[in-house]
Amino acid sequence: MRVLHSIALFFSLCLAASTAHAQLTIEITQGVDNPTAIAVVPFAWQGGGTAPEDIASVVQSDLSRSGQFMPVDRADMLGFPSSQQDVFYRDWRALNTEYLLIGRVSMAGQMRIEYELYDVNRQARVDGGVIEGAPNEARMLAHQVSDKVYEKLTGIPGAFATRLLYVSVTRNPTGKDYYRLTLADSDGARPIVLLESREPVLAPAWSPDGQEIAYVSFETTRPAIYRQNLMTGAREQLTNFQGLNGAPAWSPDGNTLAMVLSKDGSPDIYLMDLASKRLTRVTRHYAIDTEPTWMPDGKSLLFTSDRGGRPQIYRYDLRTGATERVTFEGNYNARARVAQDGRNVVMVTQRSGSFHIAILDLVTNRTTVLTSTQLDESPSIAPNGSMVLYSTKFRERGILAAVSVDGGVKFRLPAREGDVREPAWSPYMFR
Amino acid sequence: MKHLPVAGKALTVLFTAAFLVACSSSDTKEDEAAAAAAAAAAEARAAEEAAAAEARRGQERLREAAVAVGTVFYFEFDSSALLPEAQQALDAHIALLATNDDKVRLEGHTDERGTREYNLALGERRANAVRDYMTLNGIASYRIETVSYGEEQPVAYGSGESNWSQNRRVELK
Repeated sequence: MRVLHSIALFFSLCLAASTAHAQLTIEITQGVDNPTAIAVVPFAWQGGGTAPEDIASVVQSDLSRSGQFMPVDRADMLGFPSSQQDVFYRDWRALNTEYLLIGRVSMAGQMRIEYELYDVNRQARVDGGVIEGAPNEARMLAHQVSDKVYEKLTGIPGAFATRLLYVSVTRNPTGKDYYRLTLADSDGARPIVLLESREPVLAPAWSPDGQEIAYVSFETTRPAIYRQNLMTGAREQLTNFQGLNGAPAWSPDGNTLAMVLSKDGSPDIYLMDLASKRLTRVTRHYAIDTEPTWMPDGKSLLFTSDRGGRPQIYRYDLRTGATERVTFEGNYNARARVAQDGRNVVMVTQRSGSFHIAILDLVTNRTTVLTSTQLDESPSIAPNGSMVLYSTKFRERGILAAVSVDGGVKFRLPAREGDVREPAWSPYMFR
Repeated sequence: MKHLPVAGKALTVLFTAAFLVACSSSDTKEDEAAAAAAAAAAEARAAEEAAAAEARRGQERLREAAVAVGTVFYFEFDSSALLPEAQQALDAHIALLATNDDKVRLEGHTDERGTREYNLALGERRANAVRDYMTLNGIASYRIETVSYGEEQPVAYGSGESNWSQNRRVELK
């Protein structure tokens, strides 16, 4: 909750910032074959006046977006129960509903959401709980309800109460483009522009505690890595070297930032100790070494290198200094991101001239191509390892899209304006 | 480069005049010598001015040649090798840069295919290829700044080789 309050404070500081730009919408393009039918009944508002947020609607969109649930249309509901004695299972069975979610929202300084989940077939209450927080964080509280319900019904913790960073670009035919670094909820709602620039902004990355971000900005007409605190807004320029300053990646313990610098000739991976700002060079090769990412145990890094002629993913062991090649299928595999289980690696792969998102299982060494569009890049995996967010082109515009790690669920998040790219899914923020 | 020998000639005339002045031993010939020196100096000044004008014309010709070849040099897919036409164009810029102290900025770009960070590295390779060609041909490296924008700043939006080929480039600024 401490994080929640701090973020609320930050949002109030940022309210002056433009929010209309690059607001994302969601279009589900593919779900599982037999989604679970769930009725999310409008939660009863027990405060004064009108409810500040339709909690049930947020939860329903979350579950629907996962592709694993088929929500019952509100118009079809025969009643809006908000407590157990008002639940008539027969009504819900008639609608082929498998699960029923009801709830109550009250306000006493804090917003308090009570929810109850019922199994319609077994006619039993299977879960229930209370989520509390600041009223202006109502949507995030609703996402926390979604997380609980999702976990109860799938066995996997939900990742709805998380955030996204992304870069959007608005073309300016008469001059320089507008680049914006935006922070939004995982459903694209409540976008906040963190940085607006006429020069490129790229490579946003989260700190493991979700309180800080790092990114590259060309605002000085040269690339430099910046670090920004989401709570205080405090910003610090970390690098200003000749050549590339790119691809920042936070270590799992939060103390070190991996990055790419070409100050010593060709692009190599470096580690910066964030307390002392001291740099350690990791790779030494005349080829391109770039796109470092940490294994969850913090003991090794994956990176992209064309030392073998074409870009492939390599692994660098920080204890032994040994480097081994990881990808062998196809002639272009790049920009790895690793799931928290340390097993699934998502990356960009080239097949017959097109660039797709693929997933590599480090245990079985099997690679599965997840997407079929042509210019897919920048994959970012949800903290629960279930979905991969990436950027692609749709009708000649850059948009974000998502695919489940088994390829079964797909949705798009087109923006109302501009090109959107480089999504970065936050770590868990409320667990 | 033509203006340099002209300036050399002017200097020779000037030195000859000074030598004559220094060598005149007779007082009666002082006036004559002074007149000759003045004439020589005037001649030298005229020659200098002519040389400067010629130099300006020469530089103007070089500038026109550099403008004519443009400031954008194109590359093949996933390659940082300088194409023959890019080398020719660069030769014109190098000839001009040899006559002045201007600093240049080389901006490397790629098409949209491939990952962003890899493309930043590829864009840098392209800018470095142009820089290396310039330094090899006598332009001091401190006068050259290189920056890679990767795929971030296309000039042709949209996909397909007709757009991509315009975006794989180094721009001289």
